Amino acid sequence: MSNIAIDAKSSRPNWLKPWLKTETMVAWLFLLPSLIGFIAFYAVPAVRGLMLSFTDGNLFRGPQGVGLENYQNLLQDDAFWNSLRVTMAYVLLNIPIQTLIAIVVAVMMDRVTKSTLVRGIILLPWLMPNVIVGLLWLWLLDPTLGLVNVGLESIGLDSIPFLGQTSTAIATIAGINIWRHMGYTALLIFAGIQTIPASVYEAGAIDGASESRMFFQITIPLLRPVLIFVLVTSVIGSFQIFDTVAITTQGGPIDATKVMNWLIYERAFVRFDLGYATTISIALFLILIVVSFAQMWIMRADESDL
Amino acid sequence: MTTTYVTEGKSSINWGRIFMWALLIVYLFITIFPFWWVLRTAWTTPSLVYTDAESLLPVGFTWNNFLRVLGFLSTDEAVAAGGSGQTINFFLFLRNSFIFASTIAVAQTFFSALAAYAFARLKFPLRDTIFTIYIAALMVPPIVTLIPNFILMRQLELLDTFVGMVAPFFFMTPFAVFFLRQFFLGVNHEIEEAAKMDNAGIFTIFWRIILPISRPPLVTLAIITFITAWNEYLWPLIVGKDESVRVLTVALGIFRSQTPQGAPDWSGLMAGTTLAIIPTIIIFMVVGRQVLDSIQFTGFK
Repeated sequence: MSNIAIDAKSSRPNWLKPWLKTETMVAWLFLLPSLIGFIAFYAVPAVRGLMLSFTDGNLFRGPQGVGLENYQNLLQDDAFWNSLRVTMAYVLLNIPIQTLIAIVVAVMMDRVTKSTLVRGIILLPWLMPNVIVGLLWLWLLDPTLGLVNVGLESIGLDSIPFLGQTSTAIATIAGINIWRHMGYTALLIFAGIQTIPASVYEAGAIDGASESRMFFQITIPLLRPVLIFVLVTSVIGSFQIFDTVAITTQGGPIDATKVMNWLIYERAFVRFDLGYATTISIALFLILIVVSFAQMWIMRADESDL
Repeated sequence: MTTTYVTEGKSSINWGRIFMWALLIVYLFITIFPFWWVLRTAWTTPSLVYTDAESLLPVGFTWNNFLRVLGFLSTDEAVAAGGSGQTINFFLFLRNSFIFASTIAVAQTFFSALAAYAFARLKFPLRDTIFTIYIAALMVPPIVTLIPNFILMRQLELLDTFVGMVAPFFFMTPFAVFFLRQFFLGVNHEIEEAAKMDNAGIFTIFWRIILPISRPPLVTLAIITFITAWNEYLWPLIVGKDESVRVLTVALGIFRSQTPQGAPDWSGLMAGTTLAIIPTIIIFMVVGRQVLDSIQFTGFK
């Protein structure tokens, strides 16, 4: 009689068996909430966004397909190319300076102090919402009353409308974000420096290498994985700047700070052109993929110097 | 007798070290000073903001700006004191931010932990495929899913509700699942083996053994999630406009946009900014150590 039970079970197809184990069922139960979240708020919206980019995005009578019209318009849209230019200028100003400062600060901290208080102070700007950082610098950089300009005038220079003139606006936004992120980035690199074993430096010292030589020939190469991680993630983040612009310049003066996320926001929630806005967001996605791969290829991310 | 090492020919003052300390102090000053400047302006009488713009200390020290902004002065008094009549319903928005951030922090950490444990310890078909798909989602910029999620909330009539605001972050983020899975992978197998020998069920092992052991990364993730949610601006801006659910960041943005362009109420604006900074500072003082240490992990796992 027990033979029948055994036969019944072993007659099930092989691919089905792992699914029927208790472990599988429990695993899927564990996975279920995250799956709901992922499908509902990541997967489906991503597909929907793509589909919307081929429509006119009209929510009232239902989106109507327009084929590639949005994409064709995009390629000829001065506003889009301007926002791409502005965003790239921003990234190119922001990341190199921020990373350089972060490396210097990280090395200094490694030599001078590892105190929690110092690390806490360094992290403070990054903990603040972008909105607060924007307001803070809006005040400091005010053309008439801001301390920076008051200081400039007191040494005989003219005050500079940092956020109010097209020539300096995006650079100023970059500066504000450098101030916000340089500490956090420094701490990341500092953590990386801690993982370099002291023996490597000792060996270098025995060979008679000077401090700066050891820095360039030992520290930097061994920091490469950390630096690559920092650079790739901060470039991706930098491309998506929004909050600071929203609080300080709202894309102005004229369109000197109309970064891509701001353009998307404006098209979607001010002009209610949702179809076209999703088109721009898809374009941003593709640009980010290209930029990330280019970065990793340039830095030969899969090789290690150890 | 203490031994002192004297290297031949070198001075006993380490100029290199002094230079680096000096540089570090300059850097710390640049980091801290703007915060002082905000506070100093918030404590300054509005009219004197114009006359003594370079004074490093508050001019005409007053708490009035804070009272004004919190709505404790009547509009007439407020305008008479030199500022605009703008107020910010601070405690309401503080409460909203707290509800938003803590709900997300707790829920996301828990549900992501469930998923992460499944990926780390359980065997089931499609496990690695699904995990890879989760990670691939990290590549998609948030703005791509933002607009469709907004449309979804609109269709479900969940705009201007906490449910609608919290929903996209409630169950998981790919980062959270990734982060916790790496940790769970590193947990010592022996404890689980012992529990299995005692016939403990999978959920019991998870709840009674894994979770308590993993407190540090769990708490770290919860804190990071809380701070990230607290600082969110764009999503709450488009989904949570109504005052009843408006969070602090959005409120500050509205406060700023109501500021007249010609002659902004700087002392009022800075008072509002100070108020918004305080909660973050408190949170940091309480859990700061953990956040600092966490930067070791999220750095380059």
